[in-house]
Amino acid sequence: MKFAGIDIGSRTIELVVVDETGDIVLSVQADTGFDPMAEARRLINGVSYDRIMATGYGRNLFEISFDTPTVTEIKAHARGARAFFPEAPAVLDIGGQDSKAIAMFANGKVKKFEMNDRCAAGTGKFLEIMAKTLGFRIEDFGREALHAQKELNISSMCTVFAESEVTSLIARGESPREIARGLHASVIRRAVGMINRVSSEGDIVFTGGVAKNPCMRFLLEEKLGRKVLCPDDPQLIGALGAALLALEIL
Amino acid sequence: MSEDYRSMWTDLGLDPEAHDTLLGVLGKAYGDIYLSQKDRPAGMGYFDFVMSEVHGLRIRELLNEKEAGRKIIGSYCVFVPEEIVLAANATLVGLCSGADFAMEEVEKLLPRNTCALIKSSFGFKLGKVCPYLEISDMIVGENTCDGKKKAYESLNRMVKNLYVMDLPQVKSPQGRALLKTEYDRFRSAAEKLTGFPVTAESLKESIRMVNAKRAAVHRLSSLRKADPAPISGLDALLANQVFFYDNPTRFTESVNKICDELKKRIEEKKGVFPEKTPRILLSGCPQAVPNWKLPFIVENSGAVIVGEESCVGERGTRNLTDESGKTVEEMMEAIVDRYYRVDCAIFTPNPERLEHIQEMVAAYKADGVIHYGLQFCQPYLMESMPVEKALEEKNIPCLRIETDYSMEDVGQIKTRVEAFIEQIRG
Repeated sequence: MKFAGIDIGSRTIELVVVDETGDIVLSVQADTGFDPMAEARRLINGVSYDRIMATGYGRNLFEISFDTPTVTEIKAHARGARAFFPEAPAVLDIGGQDSKAIAMFANGKVKKFEMNDRCAAGTGKFLEIMAKTLGFRIEDFGREALHAQKELNISSMCTVFAESEVTSLIARGESPREIARGLHASVIRRAVGMINRVSSEGDIVFTGGVAKNPCMRFLLEEKLGRKVLCPDDPQLIGALGAALLALEIL
Repeated sequence: MSEDYRSMWTDLGLDPEAHDTLLGVLGKAYGDIYLSQKDRPAGMGYFDFVMSEVHGLRIRELLNEKEAGRKIIGSYCVFVPEEIVLAANATLVGLCSGADFAMEEVEKLLPRNTCALIKSSFGFKLGKVCPYLEISDMIVGENTCDGKKKAYESLNRMVKNLYVMDLPQVKSPQGRALLKTEYDRFRSAAEKLTGFPVTAESLKESIRMVNAKRAAVHRLSSLRKADPAPISGLDALLANQVFFYDNPTRFTESVNKICDELKKRIEEKKGVFPEKTPRILLSGCPQAVPNWKLPFIVENSGAVIVGEESCVGERGTRNLTDESGKTVEEMMEAIVDRYYRVDCAIFTPNPERLEHIQEMVAAYKADGVIHYGLQFCQPYLMESMPVEKALEEKNIPCLRIETDYSMEDVGQIKTRVEAFIEQIRG
């Protein structure tokens, strides 16, 4: 038997299929675009599975369209992270438009969580817009920031305000790399605060698209003072968690 | 609604178009949120009727009372003692503050970072859409939080009959003495307004009437201890909201009738949600009509609300007033004693509130607490953090929600509430 998990996020959709032992047999990804359900339909088209579970902000729409069970991103990430790092007591997930810190009991159940509210401050979208403002490709943004000589202090977390702060730093002649470093650090400070409110010690599993950014991983470990664990493809963790929960449903 | 009400609203000085808009939104929200619920107690039909006539028949009744020589006193807070109002031959009504209205106008008078409840009270005045406000012969403001007490300075320029009551912020002999002085002063003001002196007889009768109303709500709360829950949290909240508007005697009868029905349901093990549905205690800021946002999300995410630790809920209705006093003075002392125990977050320190939250968790067998804080409501947001910490130390899961009356964060809140329910289910 095969079990699928689909994570319909604000920026990307991931589909993961696992077998009865929980091993990944298929994983695919697409941009969410303007019609998430059409994209989701395209992704699952031709993929065979016995049961599917949906997560992500589009889960309720998917539930209506495909009559499937759903699970929140929080539970899905906690479960997915555990597949790689069963001992880690906490997860930080930074996705396209939200971020969350999740603490788990030793048995993997969610103990407590925090989530950013309302706006894109401190999320992938924030970094994406800032990369654009500074003229970096999003794929290079983290590497460039990692090689900065110093870290500028950026105080605005609001995407709109931060953009004007960045513009004034450019006008002052600061280097884009160092500004980039400052932006990464400001996102991490916020994330560290969130983690510390739910969990005080132990390793952290870093998931979501933003975990692919090397500067974010480096700064998280540095500023948190705890070991940061990152799965090979951190963007798949939500969908993997949903697939594993589909497997364990009964 | 009939043209009959239309002329009544115009005579009261309401803006007909804006008022139509408000009633349209209210009617739609009520249909979507309330009438869509399954297996509601038949007795809720009374509250459906009350809500459909909330600006119609009820206003007509109040106008009739006024014609017969009674005065109407409007209030924004559970610290305004209904016993004194009724004993002075006046009727107390809660004033509207549960929806955003005329926000551009409001923000000319209040800073943007003022809580939604205060902004709403201004919006209903500036938008000319609250008949209760316009019908009131006296509007009572009260010095609770900083936001409210400073807002009344501005409200005073917009209405001609504002009376401001001072309130203590510390539970001390001096604090209690201040409350007594202020209740005496309020009694004189009410007497002066109505021309009816408060007598031992009228005060005794009004204490009985308000106690009966509270006792009916206590009975309703007590029935919610059952699993499966015999009534939804939304419906119980509605009863607590109508508590502030309705004729007291009729309200008491209607709630007791629902309670009789719920008692039968419990005997038959019938409920509005299946047995073992996760049970939530809501705690925090008051939820005025039509602020049904959070309970709607919770009860559509697989949980049931079994209690409200709120001014529109148990904080407002807890404790009866001692009925044994013989003189006006003795009964005034009893009234002060009763209200002095209200554990509003304006008090510092306020340890009774945390005790009550824990008592309610135990009494209603709640699996978790959702702390409801209005954005910019300093007193409750400040308390939410130590409350969360204290509950979690006792292994009671707690989720803090900070929001306002807008709908832009519904998706976010739904995800958090669903995750909290998953956390409770384990």
